[in-house]
Amino acid sequence: MCGFSGYLGSIRDGRVLLERMTAAIAHRGPDEHGIFTTPEAGLGHVRLSIVGLGDGQQPMSDASGDLTIAFNGEIFNYVELRDELRARGRRFRTSSDTEVILHLYEEMGENCVSVLNGDFAFALWDARRRRIMLARDRMGVRPLFYTMHGGTLYFASEIKALLEVPGLSAALDPIALDQIFTIWAPIAPRTPFRDIHELEPAHVMIADQSGVTTRAYWCLQYPDRDQPPAYTDERQAAEELRALLTDATRIRMRADVPVGAYLSGGLDSSIVSALAAGMTPQGLRTFSVTFDSAEHDESAFQEEMATALGTRHGAVACRGGDIARVFPDVIRFTERPVIRTAPAPLYQLSGLVREAGLKVVLTGEGADEVFAGYDIFKEARVRRFCGRQPGSHIRPHLFRKLYPYLPGLKQQSAEYLAAFFGAGDVSLDDPLFSHRPRFKGTAATKMFFSGDLRAELEGYDAADELMSRLPGDFARWHTLHQAQYIEARFLLPGYILSSQGDRMAMAHGIEGRFPFLDHRLVEFAAGLPPEMKLKGLTEKHILREATKDLLPPAIGKRTKQPYRAPDSHAFSGAGELDYVREAMSEDAIAAGGLFNARAVSKLHEKCRSRPASGFRDNAAFVGILSTQLWLQTFTGSRLRTADAA
Amino acid sequence: MTDTVKDRVKAFIIENFLFGDGSYELADTASLIENDIIDSTGVLELVAFIEDNFGIAMADSDIVPQNLDSLARIAAFIEAKAAVPVSA
Repeated sequence: MCGFSGYLGSIRDGRVLLERMTAAIAHRGPDEHGIFTTPEAGLGHVRLSIVGLGDGQQPMSDASGDLTIAFNGEIFNYVELRDELRARGRRFRTSSDTEVILHLYEEMGENCVSVLNGDFAFALWDARRRRIMLARDRMGVRPLFYTMHGGTLYFASEIKALLEVPGLSAALDPIALDQIFTIWAPIAPRTPFRDIHELEPAHVMIADQSGVTTRAYWCLQYPDRDQPPAYTDERQAAEELRALLTDATRIRMRADVPVGAYLSGGLDSSIVSALAAGMTPQGLRTFSVTFDSAEHDESAFQEEMATALGTRHGAVACRGGDIARVFPDVIRFTERPVIRTAPAPLYQLSGLVREAGLKVVLTGEGADEVFAGYDIFKEARVRRFCGRQPGSHIRPHLFRKLYPYLPGLKQQSAEYLAAFFGAGDVSLDDPLFSHRPRFKGTAATKMFFSGDLRAELEGYDAADELMSRLPGDFARWHTLHQAQYIEARFLLPGYILSSQGDRMAMAHGIEGRFPFLDHRLVEFAAGLPPEMKLKGLTEKHILREATKDLLPPAIGKRTKQPYRAPDSHAFSGAGELDYVREAMSEDAIAAGGLFNARAVSKLHEKCRSRPASGFRDNAAFVGILSTQLWLQTFTGSRLRTADAA
Repeated sequence: MTDTVKDRVKAFIIENFLFGDGSYELADTASLIENDIIDSTGVLELVAFIEDNFGIAMADSDIVPQNLDSLARIAAFIEAKAAVPVSA
């Protein structure tokens, strides 16, 4: 796991530029760095040495010198691929997974990505064809950004490296801001930076003198709902699931350094930790975050699981004030505004792993998307149930069962519950049915947008854009699969794997690995009947069945507890820090030009005086503060938004 | 009396949920939920406001959209409640 940068084009002082670009992402690869230049292209690399410690330096060229690669991530099936390549007569000069890609490219060209099982982003210079190939893994674990500037294509693992290109400055894309304040993340390839794009997950780009072409090499698909189910025998499905998950974990244990695991105390990380512990004779190390507040803390479950597995467990306490203390650094790494503080404790957690001397951790991320674990899937089911009898006074009470941790819902009448969740007069055929209340509730935060920004965004609707990106066969899928697709295709790469995942882990040079996102498992789970995943209102049913022998009953039967952290209260609870006061001041808000200064001032005061603010106020506060920090960090706080694209 | 109650409630909504945006055209009959003015926590804030400012004790059965989902409904509810002794 590493970081890279590069360009395609003839530029002066390419080596100097690559040194600057790689220095900007040095946190991703503290062990080594390397530069490769030709008259037509350049690659820079910073390395976190995990596989092939002594001979995996990058950029790496093949024996002919015609192919050179800069690679970030891991190819988990590299052992099997190398054996196959050797059987075909290919000779290897290193023990690294990087060299496997070079050989595969020589045999298969850009189609080589189809046989890779891994989390990867890479840039490969082909001197014979005078072209660059960029590629990214299927689910979007590893990042890759690019921009065209002065006729040259520049690319990098993080945007901060691109900002080293002379003459390239950061300006906010207002449409990306609208998307974040509606669906929590920009819709790739858009980023918050105007004219800087993200290579979408499961895509390859070929760039040469004639231009740039981009195509998808894989897509997440679900069966037609009218098709006979691929599985009817639950026991058989559970056995296959268990075998796949075990293998996905096994190949993610491959490393020349020790592998640890995050252990939140929930079902998913407990399963991964249990499997990994069984594959770690020397004893697994596990890591977690604890909170002061009972509504966020899961330490009792973490300790129970660590004791049951006999792991060496370490925890970092996220105390009042910690989130506010690290939040500016968090935004420097997310490189995008966020509406939740949840990345901040994960930033602390990767710091703990680094202090413990580890570089690699397994996590349970992805299980909620793949096996339908999120509350929003259950919520959609209850909303459909209520929508069939709009006047029912009984059915809406089910909403209370879904969100026992939300105090604002406990005291609500059935009528209000139905109204809040849009369970009355709604279109059951809406493609965004499952996510419409969330998008609508989040979009209410746009009331704080300034008049100028509202004018720029006139007529734009982020939810409409998302809907336009849905695949043609989406309408033929089961409604649960439609909801899963929206989570896995947009929110997983756009928020979970980026702002909470790669960027928070790599801030401290830690590589996260995600067994649940092994594409074999993703494809298998997509083909399972919906009722095997969400059985009634029990989430991840088949996963529980497949792993019940691994976990203590109290963990195995736990209802999903969403990972959350204190939001606006985190900034006011233990004395407000100067930067918060400054960033949220009327002067700074007015200078930024994005928000209504007077309204933000009132919101700020409300959050300070009433820490139990609801979702909208919390999301607005965190979204506005993080946007102000983004402006300060990347553009200088006095700059205005760019013109709407 | 109705205008006074309605004005006070409207001022609270503008200050607390619209954060001082007096330009928002809040029609008397506009749904506070459908127009994204109020969420589940907001309803509890509204209840606290009514209890604190109008001397009304609200039962759980009072906290329904029929009583609270527009300016006109809130004003009518407060007026009706105020006409009845709290202990009733």
